[in-house]
Amino acid sequence: MRHLIDIMDLSIEELDEMIAVAKDIIADPQAYSHKCAGKKLATLFFEPSTRTRLSFEAAMYELGGVVLGFSEANSSSAAKGESVSDTIRTVGCYADIIAMRHPKEGAPVAGIRRSTVPVINAGDGGHNHPTQTLTDLLTISREKNRLDGLTIGLCGDLKFGRTVHSLINAMSRYPDNKFILISPEELRIPEYLKYETMIKKNLEFVETDDLEAAMPQLDILYMTRVQRERFFNEQDYLRLKDSYILTPDKLENAKETLSILHPLPRVNEISVAVDDDPRAKYFEQVLNGKYIRMALILKLLEVA
Amino acid sequence: MIIGKIEDGIVLDHIKAGQGMRLYNILGLEKLDCEVALIQNAPSQKHGRKDILKIDKLIDLNIDAVGFVDPGITVNIIEGGKLAKRKHLELPTEIVDVIKCKNPRCITTIEQELPQVFRLTDAVNKVYRCKYCESKAK
Repeated sequence: MRHLIDIMDLSIEELDEMIAVAKDIIADPQAYSHKCAGKKLATLFFEPSTRTRLSFEAAMYELGGVVLGFSEANSSSAAKGESVSDTIRTVGCYADIIAMRHPKEGAPVAGIRRSTVPVINAGDGGHNHPTQTLTDLLTISREKNRLDGLTIGLCGDLKFGRTVHSLINAMSRYPDNKFILISPEELRIPEYLKYETMIKKNLEFVETDDLEAAMPQLDILYMTRVQRERFFNEQDYLRLKDSYILTPDKLENAKETLSILHPLPRVNEISVAVDDDPRAKYFEQVLNGKYIRMALILKLLEVA
Repeated sequence: MIIGKIEDGIVLDHIKAGQGMRLYNILGLEKLDCEVALIQNAPSQKHGRKDILKIDKLIDLNIDAVGFVDPGITVNIIEGGKLAKRKHLELPTEIVDVIKCKNPRCITTIEQELPQVFRLTDAVNKVYRCKYCESKAK
C-alpha cells in the first residue's frame, strides 16, 4: 500500500507513468468512467479548501466511484480532540482511499502510522501539497511535451510559497532545467532550499527582482501572489507590489511559446486582461488537476 | 577541585566546554537519585577546555542523545572502579524524544503523544529535521 505525502515520494518513472495515464484519460475519458465503480474516496478537510476538495471529488466521480467526507474540522471528531491517526484509522473502515487537508504541518505523516488505506496529502499547512505539483507537472508536460531542458521563471512570493518549493524540487529531478527566481529581496527562496537542493544538485539558477528583464528567456512563467502581510513595512509593499503583477505589456518581450501558470486562486497578481492571451494556461491547469488526481487515485488503488 | 572516584557508573568525557549543562538537561539527569557531577571548563589537551559528566550509577544512557549533542564525546563505562568499556560516538541518523519541534505550525504542537522524531538530513552541517513538518532542529 502506498501513500502520497510528499512529491518526492514518487520516482521519476512513477511521475512519468501517472502523467501518461492522465493524458490517456484526457484522450478517452469514457474508458475510465467505471474504473473505480464500488470504491469510495473520503475527503477529510480539517480546513476548508473548496477547489482542492472539489477537484478530488470530481476526479473520483469521473472514475465511477463515490465520495464521503467533511469539509471543515468543526464537523469532524477533531473538534472533540481526536488524533489525526485515529480519524484516519476510523475512516479507513469506511473508505478505500483518503484525501486529507490539515492546517498543521506534518499531519499526514502522523496520520498514516496506523492507516489501512492509501492516504493522499491534499495540503498540510504551508508544508506540502503534492497534488498541486502533480498538476503543475502535467500542465508543463502537456504544454511543452517534455519536462526537461526548460527555462522556468518562478515569480512572486518564493519564500513562503510551498507550491514553488515543491515545483523546484520536482523539476530539479529532470535534466537541463534552468530556474529564474523572480522576487523582491524579502521574498527570495529559503536558504535551505537554495543550499540543500539547488546548489547541492548543481542546478542552474538566477535570482533577480526584474520580471520584465527575465521575460524573454522563459518557457514557463509560474506566478504566485505577493501578499501584503509578508512585508515588514507598508512602504516596501507599495513600492514592490506592482512589479510582480503580470499585465499584457509585461508580456511584450515574452516568447510566443511561453506558458503562464498559477496555482490559483488569483487575486490581482495576473491582470484579467492576460486571461485572453493564448499563453495563459492557468485555467487549463485547474482542469489538469482533476485528471492527474484521477491518475493518482488509480495508481494508489492499484486499479489497472 | 576533587570529585570522588566512581565504582560503577558512567563518565561522559570530552564534552565541548559549555555543552555539559545542555547534555545534563537533555538526558534528564536531574531525575536520578544517585550522585551526578558536572565539571565545567576542565583543562583539556585536545580542546583547551572541556566539560565532564560523572554519573555514579550504571543507567540506561540514551547514546543517541549524547551523539546528537556532540559526537566527539567519549562514553566511559566504569565497573568495579575500572574502565570496562569506552564508546566513541557518531551522529545518530534519528533521534526520538530528545528535543522538541519548535515550529508552532507542526502537528506535534497539538498532538502531544506523538513521539518527537528528528532525522539527520545533512551530516556535514549537522542538520536535523522534524520527521513530521521537516523544520530544522534549533
